[in-house]
Amino acid sequence: MASIAADMPIAPADRREARIAWILAAPAITLLFLFILLPTLAVIILGFTDFELGYGGFRFVGFENYAELIGDRTFRRSLWNTAIYTAIVTPVSIVLALAIALLIEAETRARAFFRTVYFLPVASLLVAMATVWQFLFHPTIGPINTFLGYLGISGPNWLGASGTVLYGLSIIGIWQSVGFNMVLFLAGLTAIPRELYAAAEVDGARSWFDRFRLVTWPMLGPTTLFVTTISIINSVKVFETVKTLTEGGPNKASEVLLFTIYQEGFVYLRVGYASAMTVVFLAILVVLMFLQYRVLDRKVHYA
Amino acid sequence: MTAHSLTLGRMLRFGLLSLGALLFLAPYIFMISTAGKAQSEIFSSSLSLIPEQWSFAENFTKALSRVSMPTLLMNGVIVCALIFLVQVVVAIPCAYAMAKLKFRAARIMMVLVMLGLLVPIHATALPLYVAFDRLSVLNSYTALVAPFSISVFAIFLFLQFFRAIPDDLIHAARLDGMSEAGIVARVIVPNAWPAITAFAIFSVVAHWNDLFWPLVVVSNQDFATPPLGLLYFRAAEAGDDYGALMAATLIITLPLVAAFLVAQKRFVEGITMTGLKG
Amino acid sequence: MSILALRGITKSYAGNSILKGVRLEAGDGEFIALVGPSGCGKSTLLRIVAGLDHADNGEIVIGGRNVSSLAAADRNIAMVFQSYALYPHLTAGQNIAVPLAMRRLTAVQRFPFIGNFLPGQRRIRADIQRQVREMASSLKIDHLLDRKPGQMSGGQRQRVALARAMVRRPSVFLMDEPLSNLDANLRVHARGEIVELHRRAGVPTLYVTHDQSEALSMADRVAVMIGGTLLQLAPPQDIYEDPSHIEVARFLGQPRINVLETRLDASGLVRFGALTLAAESAPPAETPVLIGIRPEFVRLSARPDGILSARIERTEFLGSEVIIHARLDAIGETIVARMTPAEAGGLSVGMPVSVEIEPDRAMLFAPAGERLPAKTVAVASVPEKAYG
Repeated sequence: MASIAADMPIAPADRREARIAWILAAPAITLLFLFILLPTLAVIILGFTDFELGYGGFRFVGFENYAELIGDRTFRRSLWNTAIYTAIVTPVSIVLALAIALLIEAETRARAFFRTVYFLPVASLLVAMATVWQFLFHPTIGPINTFLGYLGISGPNWLGASGTVLYGLSIIGIWQSVGFNMVLFLAGLTAIPRELYAAAEVDGARSWFDRFRLVTWPMLGPTTLFVTTISIINSVKVFETVKTLTEGGPNKASEVLLFTIYQEGFVYLRVGYASAMTVVFLAILVVLMFLQYRVLDRKVHYA
Repeated sequence: MTAHSLTLGRMLRFGLLSLGALLFLAPYIFMISTAGKAQSEIFSSSLSLIPEQWSFAENFTKALSRVSMPTLLMNGVIVCALIFLVQVVVAIPCAYAMAKLKFRAARIMMVLVMLGLLVPIHATALPLYVAFDRLSVLNSYTALVAPFSISVFAIFLFLQFFRAIPDDLIHAARLDGMSEAGIVARVIVPNAWPAITAFAIFSVVAHWNDLFWPLVVVSNQDFATPPLGLLYFRAAEAGDDYGALMAATLIITLPLVAAFLVAQKRFVEGITMTGLKG
Repeated sequence: MSILALRGITKSYAGNSILKGVRLEAGDGEFIALVGPSGCGKSTLLRIVAGLDHADNGEIVIGGRNVSSLAAADRNIAMVFQSYALYPHLTAGQNIAVPLAMRRLTAVQRFPFIGNFLPGQRRIRADIQRQVREMASSLKIDHLLDRKPGQMSGGQRQRVALARAMVRRPSVFLMDEPLSNLDANLRVHARGEIVELHRRAGVPTLYVTHDQSEALSMADRVAVMIGGTLLQLAPPQDIYEDPSHIEVARFLGQPRINVLETRLDASGLVRFGALTLAAESAPPAETPVLIGIRPEFVRLSARPDGILSARIERTEFLGSEVIIHARLDAIGETIVARMTPAEAGGLSVGMPVSVEIEPDRAMLFAPAGERLPAKTVAVASVPEKAYG
């Protein structure tokens, strides 16, 4: 009896706090459902329909869209191209970024200047800079081929030939993403305690490379993992340069995942089919994130 | 290690960095140079950077006349500002509730936020496009802004930041007589400026540069954002008048680059903070 | 008359019982130190009194009013936090003004810009400023009013936190280890200041600390809390000399009290060395009991008397006193003595000694820890041969 009586006036305080919390979080929760969860659910459902924008009705077709995807040469080409693009851009931009970060970290002069220069592409409008690159890559009047001409090499038609277009796009992708990765590496490097280098030197790590192997690389582990994941995801999401410069051409040589989805969904308006592609795209992202968590998990537990 | 090898190593390092910097700056150098060249000179395909004949005025006039640059830039500013404001106003109270108040949904919210981080606009674009089409709100600021009104990333970032704010500070504020909303406005926000600036930079860079979503929902020059406007401009120019194209590119790239150069320390800090925690 | 009363406060987190029915009353102007080892629940209790946390059961009465269901802001309580919890974005002056502004200005009047044009607020703001300055000068922090917390030292921040708590004349003061972030010198100085401020304000104060010397030196009454239970509440001297529980006796006093296990004999007496103790409310014969003897009542002397002999294991010279650890030959336990350097003169490590206990100073406890009232009934005469 006594405990119940004492209980009565206290419980409302917790309820009050919970109520306020709900009120504060309500707009976010509502919008989260409206613009993220519901559309994600919808895209999964639409993937099982033959919905096309402009036609009234639609019906459920089960896995028909997915069956079609497997046989769709454009889609397969697009997956393959995205994989190639990612396989080039990710490692190169990470290695370059790490190298630049190490050089800048070791440099005493003009550090801020170099950091600014390498970071500049991140802050620049990609669509605009892609246009500049198009000029640089121009087969006849472009500075790159002109320069190669001076060296006696006849440069390729970078963005105009199916053999080189992915490399051209990759160069732009690398140029654009190195600064971002570099800044993350720089932050990782500053977080390494100076004493560790001193200890390594005392312990006999004489050369720069020994100290890098003993201290820098292991200490940068989490940063590297994060940079890798982010780089892969950003590479998989390549769209701007393709849309601006090549429209997937020539001859589908630069069809990439998001561009194909865009074409199917928003140009041909085959929403159901494009939704199935989107689900594949989403699945790739989920797998990548899952892999990151797994690696991170192992690092945390067995380091 | 002798003094001699030290200087040699340092010279090599400085040389490498400078060469790399030159390569990274090359597009900008050629952009500015080409924006000042006449059509004939561009086609002479020489590597000289100084125009023989200064054609800046001509090229910029062309760039400004084909597409309404002020409208584009204005749209960019309006859309980015709206997105950022709504994101912050929605995310901060939610992150505060999750970080500092006891309520049962906090854990589920955390799961939703982590799930939300996985889903980019590209994945939700199709259903949103269909819905916006049904509601006839395509070609509007609403269509450009609404999907980004909720930023799970903002919630995540602020949540991390708020957790580091000592509980005692909030308790002191409660004892001093502040309401929870008052605490958010008077204690949390004034102390969260580093996180808010970092997020502002992240958000503005992301949405100023975004092409995908504007391309989907806008088919009308009046609502075109800078990237989309440049696409229209290229279409109109058939991609051959490089002088005018470079001038347009320059105009559109300049605002964010200028902002970056003015506040580059904050930019780098902001991207680092958002990058590392994202 | 009690101004603050806590009745049967219980609290558990995730099945762990943190507070087990705490009951406490504080009179007008009383300074109560709540002391106990870390994790004993003292901070939780303080937060429940403040209204920052909520008890599972029990009630909190302030000035005759049950405030258990009131929000923290409505309890008219001021609190000084361990971390001081000053608003980092506000100056010291603004920090001190916050509790006043929150109470005296309406939400609209506080609103940025708009509020500045509303009638009446100017006079209230001037009044608040005057109070802030008065408070600051009484704490001698006038020169800090325009500084932000980041520009102040620990001691200065602590004073600002005190000022913020005192400025609005609360009905109860709560302090959560307010001195633990200060360095040792400043801490001793600040003790005296807080006591003085408390005396001037005349408001009941609940002061949480894990530092027994702080508790004993500052408080009117000390409450010892262990494992979620308030074991004893008494004036410093009483609680030290007359602890009601073995844990209280163990917690207070440095070095710790000597506790030795023994047994009541068939006649209900306990013999220890030369002493014979009789429990007043005699528990059953043959039950085990604990004897507690404070180190200052243990004498070691170089003349073995054959009654209770020991061998010195370690000596600690502390200037005004010497702490000596000796192992008892009979039971193998260590006993600690606190003696003056003069008394400890001839003693050194490895030396056999005899142990004497001051009569009437040994305390008896039940195995569960409760105090058993007892008195010394006999002191054995020292055998002749010991003097030989």
